[in-house]
Order: sequence, then structure tokens, then C-alpha cells
Amino acid sequence: MANIISDETIEYVGILAKLELSDEEKEAAKRDMGRMLDYIDKLGELDTAGVEPMSHIFPVQNVFREDVVTGTDCREAILKNAPRQKDGMFVVPKTFD
Amino acid sequence: MGKQYETVIGLEVHVELATKTKIFCGCSTEFGGAPNTHTCPVCTGMPGSLPVLNKQVLAYAVAVGLATDCKITRYCKFDRKNYFYPDNPQNYQISQLYLPICRDGKVEIETESGKKFVGIHEIHMEEDAGKMIHDEGSDYSLVDYNRSGVPLIEIVSEPDMRSAEEVIAYLEKLRMLIQYLGASDCKMQEGSMRADVNLSVREVGSLEYGTRTEMKNLNSFSAITRAIAGEKARQIDLLEAGEKVVQETRRWDDNAGKSYAMRSKEDAQDYRYFPDPDLVPIVVTEEFLADIKAKQPEFREDKIARYKEEFDIPEYDIDIITGSKHMADIFEETVALGAQPKKVSNWLMVETLRLLKENNMDPEDIRFSPKHLAGLIKLTDAKAINSTVAKEVFEEMFKNDIDPENYVEEKGLKTVSDEGALRKTVEEVIANNPQSVEDYRNGKEKAIGFLVGQTMKAMKGKADPGMVNQLLKELL
Amino acid sequence: MNILNMTAVSLAAAIKNKEVTVMDATKAVLKQIEKTESTYNCYVTVDKDGALKQAQEIQGKIDSGELTGPLAGVPVAIKDNMCTEGLLTTCSSKMLGNFVPTYSSQAVINLQRAGAVIIGKTNMDEFAMGSTTETSAFGVTKNPWNQEHVPGGSSGGSAAAVAAEECYYALGSDTGGSIRQPASFCGVVGMKPTYGSVSRYGLIAYASSLDQIGPLCKDVTDCATIMEVITSHDQKDSTSVQREDTDFTSALVDDVKGMKIGIPRDYFGEGLDSEVKEAVLKAAEVLREKGATLEEFDLSLADYAIPAYYTIAAAEASSNLERFDGIKYGYRTESYKGLHNMYKKSRSEGFGAEVKRRIMLGSFVLSSGYYDAYYLKALRVKALIKNAFDEAFAKYDVILGPVAPTTAPKLGESLSDPIKMYLGDIYTISVNLAGLPGMSVPCGIDSKGLPIGLQLIGDCFKEKNIIRAAYTYEKARGAFGRKEEN
Repeated sequence: MANIISDETIEYVGILAKLELSDEEKEAAKRDMGRMLDYIDKLGELDTAGVEPMSHIFPVQNVFREDVVTGTDCREAILKNAPRQKDGMFVVPKTFD
Repeated sequence: MGKQYETVIGLEVHVELATKTKIFCGCSTEFGGAPNTHTCPVCTGMPGSLPVLNKQVLAYAVAVGLATDCKITRYCKFDRKNYFYPDNPQNYQISQLYLPICRDGKVEIETESGKKFVGIHEIHMEEDAGKMIHDEGSDYSLVDYNRSGVPLIEIVSEPDMRSAEEVIAYLEKLRMLIQYLGASDCKMQEGSMRADVNLSVREVGSLEYGTRTEMKNLNSFSAITRAIAGEKARQIDLLEAGEKVVQETRRWDDNAGKSYAMRSKEDAQDYRYFPDPDLVPIVVTEEFLADIKAKQPEFREDKIARYKEEFDIPEYDIDIITGSKHMADIFEETVALGAQPKKVSNWLMVETLRLLKENNMDPEDIRFSPKHLAGLIKLTDAKAINSTVAKEVFEEMFKNDIDPENYVEEKGLKTVSDEGALRKTVEEVIANNPQSVEDYRNGKEKAIGFLVGQTMKAMKGKADPGMVNQLLKELL
Repeated sequence: MNILNMTAVSLAAAIKNKEVTVMDATKAVLKQIEKTESTYNCYVTVDKDGALKQAQEIQGKIDSGELTGPLAGVPVAIKDNMCTEGLLTTCSSKMLGNFVPTYSSQAVINLQRAGAVIIGKTNMDEFAMGSTTETSAFGVTKNPWNQEHVPGGSSGGSAAAVAAEECYYALGSDTGGSIRQPASFCGVVGMKPTYGSVSRYGLIAYASSLDQIGPLCKDVTDCATIMEVITSHDQKDSTSVQREDTDFTSALVDDVKGMKIGIPRDYFGEGLDSEVKEAVLKAAEVLREKGATLEEFDLSLADYAIPAYYTIAAAEASSNLERFDGIKYGYRTESYKGLHNMYKKSRSEGFGAEVKRRIMLGSFVLSSGYYDAYYLKALRVKALIKNAFDEAFAKYDVILGPVAPTTAPKLGESLSDPIKMYLGDIYTISVNLAGLPGMSVPCGIDSKGLPIGLQLIGDCFKEKNIIRAAYTYEKARGAFGRKEEN
């Protein structure tokens, strides 16, 4: 396996992705990610010099909305699925002290 | 202290655009709704919702870019900036990194040390975050997404400023340009203009930049000035003590006069930007650009030059009036309705400024219409009301934009020009104030002022003071 | 008349002719679900009461002449990653185990306007990540042809529900083959339209640049008819394309004379099961006999499509799934210490292993220092793949090949080796990368008694070419169904 994923990398990616893996899951993640990256490295065989990265398939461009209010008060709907709410707002663990 | 330091400052200025709706959905941007009442699936990150760009956001961003001498990116895209925070409902912010709408601009600023250019590195479009409300003493915070998705432009300067004065001059310049464009009201207190300060220090003469910090939470020009002084001193102290400045984001606490590092091991500051696949590229066409160019307003410098040519009013007045696009508009429209420029200017310079100050308002908050100001001036020109009554009427007009003509009529404030009635009152005043009459006759010229005052009082202010004066002199 | 084995279009016609009622059809489907659902587990949610209520309302509208379309009154199943107002929408994930949307996806709205009776929400691989429907948090779905086998995925519930006659047709979504492959494994017709043809509004995104909603149904006529209904230009979806040529049923023509069909050699190489190969080539022969010309060619790059796809899809998924954080909806962990711990625990407990695997990979390939080497490289390869198809479609009207290297594997066989599972997508993935339309049509049954799918790929916006080829083939092939029915 060419790509060796370190504990630090898994830890770091866990912070980025907000995932907390058990030790067992971490080992599996290291192995799986290493194998996937080895596989993805196959792309290196292709010469892509001068090729523009293609993020959109079609040359669809300039899709706009006019600046006209269409929204109506739908607070109830927005909060309907909230795990916790108070005073019409979403409740989260304290973010500031 | 042997070494001399200079500060190197660059600014990231966020400006909320004055659109009616949010950047990617049709929710209102209006201030002050109950929490989460200006929201929809798009601006609350509901699963399956998708963004569609508000065309006016692009128009404003391009207009600001042109006003700041930027190159407009003819093919631009939106990128996702990924980070977790509750005010950011998708946990990514739609912004622009790789192809921002404007690049390589500049604005000229003037301080006591002279004129200079501050470079604009780029301007990009992005969405604002929601608001966090912190309940004192509780273990939770609350999230309101009314502001989530309000359009912003972020104007990133080059590190071209060297002092707080230059920073303030730069901000004032930006504010002026943007207000003239009508792209934002740029109120720092209300958060529609926010500045993050990137600051580093270096020894005078050094060509290398020092390590910079980014300072956030600056809510006024004075806070910015204090924060710059504080951060400069902190960095110099570190260097003098042989320590290093750490590149980090710091939060300014204006009450404590100190900044704090906003570090957390959970904030990796690795935003994993990539082109947002839900939005399509923007191609700024010649036509679109020409349209924006045609709509650019006369900016302040040109206006000042024209006023000097056209109107016989003091330069000081011109400076104040053009300091607000809104005030300049009122001035020009009132003059266009036939009022004498000097008189219009006087109303703006004296009574308007006084009332703005008393009510802690900005010129942008002026509500009276040019038509009504012109009407008021017409009434005074015709001597239909005296200056005391005019001030009273103006105050009402300032508050509620009443029509002065109707108001004067309804309240019966017209100057009594019927000489018979006036003569009768003057005679009564003379009869009731023998002491003052005698003083006057004994050569005390001032005593007549008291008698004028008494007459005006008896007439409930509705007399022409000149006429009263004349009658008194005649009858005495 | 066995009401259950009618196609959607023939049922609608029978309803129109007052031979059956919408209620008859709805009740028949609900009864079938009662009978077989405990075996197959096609659905996450069956909305029995809602379906009966809709049946009554729709019958009224048909009787009053308000609804006249070719699908009016036909019961349909919706993959559980499409939002349905007031109806649980889980993406087969614990993360959305209690999520009831307050809005519907545009594709669902389009169906409702056409008089569809929504029976329920079908099982899928969690967040559409998988090829077997085994990563669902709500149990595996079994292949109606053989319960020991998977139905394919990620739209496995939709494919199995059609095959098991637990609905007349279903909507699925296809990001790397997720409609075509389960259609192939379950012996039904499935189509992934050209990217941008069906609105993605309300489809819970896996990989936004690749996701596309499409039908799973009993025959090509149904497919073209459903396509006409769900295709629309939606101003709520910036990537939605305005099309004029959406009269897909006009391509239901039994004639392929002069049609040029390309057969990519790379789709018939190592790894392809011999029975699958034989059935697909036999289908090609049928089309030749009907007047098409066949030509082998080298498509190239097929080997690079999978790594490019998994890089792009994982990257987009890592970002798309950030919104599931335990704040606004969905799962929040019971106990936590502070904000970041709440995020981590909610997400780690709410997502299954395959979803976490792809989020981790996606976060990594976008992270500082790797973006160019992985993500941009994959986007460049995508451009090359698109070019290769452009060249091919300069010569051919349709590209023909297998849908998957094998027929449906046994339950539990695939998940043990993710890369092996990913390799199963080799013939379907390029179509998503290039935004092309693709269809799976049943073309045979292997010695294990499992169905084989024929894949027809068209150029962008050329669905009609593949509908025509598929319809012609289907006419020649004749009836197709499970043994006990034939």
C-alpha cells in the first residue's frame, strides 16, 4: 500500500468532518482511506496537462432570480423538525462565554 | 526603546447589500422581524433545498468594483467554504475564492499626511450568517436565521495602510462610494458595514512583512482606532521581549481595551473550498457591464466640483451636503423645485444637522421630502410665516414629513399681516408695560426688544417681527 | 384481469375507461405490500391512510375531467431521499430517522399534478451511498427474484417494489448507477435522464453535480411516459435545463433502421460475467436484425472513471452532508459536552459506516495540500471522459453495453470489500460524469435465475434515441418477468 494514513491524519480529518471514530473505526478508516487513495492515484497515469477542470457538465450560465420578495413567514415549518427550540429559535450548546 | 516600528494594515470589509431579498432565496432582508420569520428551506439549510443567485447582488458587486477601479472578472464562480458553526446552517458558506467578481482595484484616500492610494486585492460576493443569541447564565445559545443569506460583498484591501488615520480615511472613502451607489447604507453600528483588521508590525525600513494577526468584532471607527493602537503595542511588546507574533484571529473587546485569541483545536481553519456544484458560472456580458456603467452615479468629487460651479454656497456647506448622497439628493431636488440654493443649504446646515445630532441620526435617515422643504422655503419667502414659526414647522416636517402649507393652515400659524389687529395688540402691550416704555423713552434702546417679545407672545408668534418693531417705534 | 401486473400506462387507461378505479389499484397495491413486504422490505414508510385519501381525491378529479394525463390514478413509490411534505423522509439513515419535510421535491410535485397516488417511501442505501441497499439503517431490501440476493442500489427499494408489484412504478435517483443497476438486478426498466432534466429541488443531495432523478418501471412505454411528466425546467434549481424536446413518448417507435450503435470493447473485457456478456451481445444482435448498424470501438478511460467518480462524489458528499449537525433537524445525540462534542457525537452516531467512510475521504481530498492533486485532477479526468463520449457520439446514436459486470450478488457479499463493490459501478459511472442519459432494459436471465440488464447510453439530451432503441428491442424480446408469473 503506497498511501499510509497516519493517526494524525485520521484525527485531523475527523476534526474537519466532525466525526469521532472509535479506535476500531480509526484503524478501518486508515486502511480504507489508504486503499482508496492508492486506487485514486491511478488517475496520475493520465496526462491532464492543459485540461481545464470540469466542474459543470453543460455551459449553463447566468441563472438568476429577480430581487423580489417571495418568502412568507414560515417559522413554524422551519422549526418543526428542530431537536430543541426556544422562543422561536434553535437551541444549541453555548458557543460563547 | 531603540527600535522604531511601523504598522502594516490591510482590511477585510464586509458590506451588507441593500437588496430587498437574500442572495440565494426570496426571503426579505428587512431588519427587525421576530426570530426566524424571514427564513425558508434555502436559508436554513434544509435538506434538498437549492440556491439561486439574486441578480441585483451581482449588479451591486460589479458597481462597487467599477467605483473602486477594479477589473471585473468576466467568468466567475461561487465556491463553498466549509466550516461548522451554528450560525451557518449548511455548515458551509457560499462565497468566492478562486474566481472573485472583482480584482486589482484602488481607492484614493486623503489624510493629514497627504493623498495616497490603497489597493483593493479583490471583492467577492457571499452570504451572511445567522445571529447567535447568548442567554446570560444558561448553558445554551439560540440561533436566529433571519440574517442568514443576506448578501454581502467582502472588500479585501492590500496591506497598504500604515496608521489608524489611513484606515479610517479608507473606510470613509469606501462608505461614501457605496452609499453613493445605493449599494448599502454602510452603518457600522447596525453591522451593515464590518471591518476585520489584519495588522503586523516591522522595523522602519524593513521590506519584509511581519507576522500578521486578524482582529474581529470592531463595531465603530473609534473601536477600530483603539484596536489598532492596542494590537500594535501588543505586537511590539512581544517582539521587544524576543517573542514571536503568532498568526491568528483575535477578538477585540472594546470595553476591556484588549484582544483575545480565538483559538480552538476544533477550528482547523482548513476551509476545503471547492466550486459550488449547485450554482452555475456567471458570465458578465458586455451588455450587463455597459448597463451598470451607465447607471453609475455622479460621485462625490465630481459633485463638489459641479456645486462650486453651479451654486453660490460656501465650500464648507458643499463639503457637508455632499458628504451624504441622500442629503445631496435632497439639496438638488429642492433646488430643482425652485428654492434658492443658499436657503436650502441653510436649512440643511443649521436645522437639519441640529436635529440629526439631537436625535442621534445619520443624514441617511432624513425623511422629509424635497417638495416639502421647497414648500417651507416658499412660505418664508412670501413672509407667510416668520422664522420662529418656520423652525417649528420644520421640526414637524423633520419628524413626520408633513406638508408645511397644510400644516400652517390647519394650525393657524400664518403671520398676521392685518395691520389693524397688530396695531391693537401693540397698543395693549404699551399700555401694560409702562416701565419698559419709560426706559425706552429715556434712551434705553434695548427696552424695545422686551416689548417686541411681549407683542409676539400676545400674537402667539404669528406676527412679522419687523412689522412689530416698526409699529412700536411709531407708537412710542 | 390481474390488476397488479398491468403497466402504469395500461392501468391509467383502464381507470380512464372506468374498467377499474383508482381505489381498486391502490388497495391492490396495499394488499400486495401486506402480503410480501415482510419478506422484501422495499419500503421505509408505507402511507396507507394517505394513499387511500389520495385515491379518492384523484378519482374525483379524473371523473370531473380535471385529470386526463396518462398516469392519472396510478400508485407510485418514491425513493426516500426525495422530500415529501408531511411524510417521513429518512434517506434510510438514523440521522434523518424522524425528519418530516414541510415541502416536496419538484419531481414529486410534478407526479402529483399528473395524478399519482403516493404509496410510500422506498428503502435505499444510506444517503444513496452504496450499490446493494444493504447500508440502509432500516434493514436490507431483498431481491424479489431471489431473496438471498441484493436488489442492487442505491435505489434498491424502488426497483424491488416495482418487481414485487408493490407499486406500479417508482422514482429513484442515480449518482453513479443507482437507478440503472438496481433496475438491472430486479429485471425492471430504469432510466437516468440527462443531467439537469429533472429538478433536483427537494432531492437530498449526495453528489450534486452527478445526482439525477429518474423512473424505475415495468416497460419502456411507462419509462417514456414518466419521463415526460417529471422533466421540467425548475427556477428553484440553477442547474435545471430548459428543454424543448421532452415529448419522449414520440420516440416509442418500433424501428431502428439506420441507427448507429457503438459497442465499447472496454465494456466487454475482463471482469464481465460470461452469461451477462452473452445476453447483452444477443440483445445487440436483435437490434442489428431490426436494421441498426453495430460497430465496436474503444471508448477508453473506463478504468479511470471509478477513481475520478469516487473522488468527486466523496468531496461533494462531505460538504453536502455537513448540514446534518443535530441543530435544525434530524438526530441529536443524548448527552454531550459543548458544541463540537455535540456535532461529533450526533454525526458519528447518526451516520453509518459507508457514509462516514465517504465523508472522511471527501474531507481529505478537499483538505489543504491535497485539493489540486486529488480533486482538481479528478475534474480534469472528468473533462477527458466527457471528450471521449463527445467523440463517440460524433459517430454513434447510441452506445450499448452491460449495466453491471454480474447479476445481483448475494446478500452480505459486497460490503466486506468496498473497492470491489465500487468496481461494480464501472459501466454506469462514466454516464454520470459526462451528464449523459442512460437506460437499463431487461435482456435475459442467467443460470441462477437472476435478471440481466442491457444498458443503452445516449448523447446529452438524446433520450429519444435510447427510448427508440429500447422500445424496438423490447418489442422483439417480448414479455419479461419472474418465472412464477411466466
